[in-house]
Amino acid sequence: MAGLVQNLPSPQDIVETTSRIVDEHRDLSGALIPVLQRVQQTFGYLPVAALQATATRLGIPYSEVAGVVTFYSYFTTVPRGLHVVRVCLGTACYVRGGKDVLRAVSDELGIEVGQTTEDRLFSLEQGRCFGACGLAPVLLVDDDVHQRVTAACVPEILSRYRDGDSGEVTA
Amino acid sequence: MPDHTNHRSINVSINGKTISVADGTTILDAALTAGVHVPTMCYLRGHEALGACRVCAVEVEGSPRLVASCATPVREGMQVRTNTRRVREARKTVVQLLMSEHDGDCTQCDRGDDCELKELAYLTGVRDLPYHGEKPPAHPDRTTPALSRDPGKCIKCRRCVTACNEVQQVGALFPQYRGYATQIAPAFAQDLATVACVQCGQCAAVCPTSAITEVRHTDAVLRALEDPHQFVVVQTAPAIRAALGEEFGYPPGTLVTGKMVRALRDLGFDRVFDTNFTADLTILEEGSELLGRLKRALTGDTGGDTRAGDTADHGAPAALPQFTSCSPGWIKFAEYFYPDMLDNISTCKSPQQMFGALAKTYLADELGMTPDRITVVSVMPCTAKKFEAQRPEMTASGVPDVDYVLTTRELAFLIKGAGIDLPSLEDDTMDTPLGLSSGAADIFANTGGVMEAALRTVHELVTGRPIPGDNLHVRPVAGLEGIKEASVTVSGAQGEWRFLEGVELKVAVAHGLGNTARLLDRIRSGEATYHFVEVMTCPGGCIGGGGQPRFTDDAVRQARIDAIYREDEGKPIRTSHTNPAILQLYEQYLGAPLGKRSHHLLHTTYAARPMPTGGPIG
Repeated sequence: MAGLVQNLPSPQDIVETTSRIVDEHRDLSGALIPVLQRVQQTFGYLPVAALQATATRLGIPYSEVAGVVTFYSYFTTVPRGLHVVRVCLGTACYVRGGKDVLRAVSDELGIEVGQTTEDRLFSLEQGRCFGACGLAPVLLVDDDVHQRVTAACVPEILSRYRDGDSGEVTA
Repeated sequence: MPDHTNHRSINVSINGKTISVADGTTILDAALTAGVHVPTMCYLRGHEALGACRVCAVEVEGSPRLVASCATPVREGMQVRTNTRRVREARKTVVQLLMSEHDGDCTQCDRGDDCELKELAYLTGVRDLPYHGEKPPAHPDRTTPALSRDPGKCIKCRRCVTACNEVQQVGALFPQYRGYATQIAPAFAQDLATVACVQCGQCAAVCPTSAITEVRHTDAVLRALEDPHQFVVVQTAPAIRAALGEEFGYPPGTLVTGKMVRALRDLGFDRVFDTNFTADLTILEEGSELLGRLKRALTGDTGGDTRAGDTADHGAPAALPQFTSCSPGWIKFAEYFYPDMLDNISTCKSPQQMFGALAKTYLADELGMTPDRITVVSVMPCTAKKFEAQRPEMTASGVPDVDYVLTTRELAFLIKGAGIDLPSLEDDTMDTPLGLSSGAADIFANTGGVMEAALRTVHELVTGRPIPGDNLHVRPVAGLEGIKEASVTVSGAQGEWRFLEGVELKVAVAHGLGNTARLLDRIRSGEATYHFVEVMTCPGGCIGGGGQPRFTDDAVRQARIDAIYREDEGKPIRTSHTNPAILQLYEQYLGAPLGKRSHHLLHTTYAARPMPTGGPIG
């Protein structure tokens, strides 16, 4: 799977899929966040057209939709790579070297937080506590939790995903 | 809104004084009842409290923490202290923290004495700033013709969000990002010009600082006044005379018409005219348009206008209800959110634009000048008028109808800056002919006023008799209720209007775009039917416009409305169609209402605006 480039969804696909997701959540009060989660799970990110369709179909101002998207670090509006690397900078991870881990990942991948590698294999994000403070500092690759990470072991962790191996699941 | 209808009364002690208030009353309001003013910042009276800023903190016995008085209801036996050392120090710290994110160079600021943050800092004893917060990127947004945003001045009180979302239901502004990076802004902190903003300025009217304010035309106006080649005329909207005085220490509701005229002359304007004149003209054009639509709709006569043969109105739609078109924020709102109803909006330009078009043609002819030598300055209670003036279609004489638009606040700034002491001025009167007006024109300033003015004229044209009722007033459409309805059954219709005999004419009035959206949705669904609907963008109408003196609440709105009705009742002429200057204008220049010349100068078209983002708030 190395070097796999995902195809971006077409605008029509985005609007149709988003509309279907909104309709499935229509009866739910506070539907906005569940809708955004589902849309992001579907496309890997939140395309602008999906956010506009969400606003229109839910009858919520676009500014409010954008306000929620920009408030939560979980949401992203840029296409993401096949693997999303999220380095926790919550309090526990921060004091135990989370920032060094983030620097190491950033250097290894050659991208900053919020960016995606050119081959669309990795995206880098920072997290605000994954609820695993006892394992700090924590690094998440997709759904895999890597615990007590040091800067030195970052290249090795990432290489497993380059080779198509999902890596050692430690939690 | 929390339910405050419970009538059980609660005993509460405020600073040792026991009072009894209704269950559900907030500590803030209970304190006010006890005569104690607790300072606030994010709280907007009449809207649900956010409790976000904590400026209104008070001490409640038995509670370990200070509570936000705006968001806390009283309980039986509650002991509240609003002025202890602990409260004072907490408030001061809160204000210092608010200021730590504020770009607070007061000597380089558009906001004058009415800056609420500066006053609050003074009152809470802030004399130093110990905290220095990280500030969001300073990116002033000057992309729209009417409003400019300066995020560096914003303290995130979110009052503008309440105005834009709850009151106007436009939804252009919302908090974006989080923490220090938070901005109150359009989606993704884009520029205002990229989103559906109607330019009403209700955000600017509630902003406590200069984070959102009008785009200033003051310097351009001063330059025009200094230019010896320009003949500079000014028109003042009816709402100015009932509000300008507030900028000079008069209580709300003080009429300063005569002093305002004198001040404008002292500023150097070559002629001082009245938008009231073209308000009267609007009634004749819009009233004729309404009668034409009614005739086509009720008799099936599609042969064009009912008046003289020089009409340009053939084939015009008979869409009913007819909506008024004076309020440019409403026009833009309809172009964004109700494009299917544009045929229902009167084709009449607003009085501001009619005035500009006539000043550069009719007046220019009279003065023997070309239109480019005349500069038309408007004084408006409105920010959207700045947007309207630069609409490309508003160029009837070949140059823009209106060159510059000053808000009431900007006029006050010019008067003060020129060293003119408004209260000491002698009364003066407007110039003729574009300064003569009826009382019907005055009431264009408030919600229900355009409707009442139109009904005064239409009723008399159709039946030959004045509209029945209390001193020509149409009380059911007056006042601050959000949506108002009335109906008049026509009795004694004469001549060409006989087809209206016995017809129950139904009218409705909405002010504030949230109320307007609710009314439009009922009309669109067929749930409600009317013949004529007045819409004003701002709560209370123009007297509550986005360019009026700050701060405007319902008490201030009502005081200004009362003053406007006094101005109306004091006029010798009360109906638009009996204004001799208007009759002369038709005789000498325009011909008949809806005639060819009127069509060219006084009427306009609308176009759907592809909505860049999102939908209207449902």
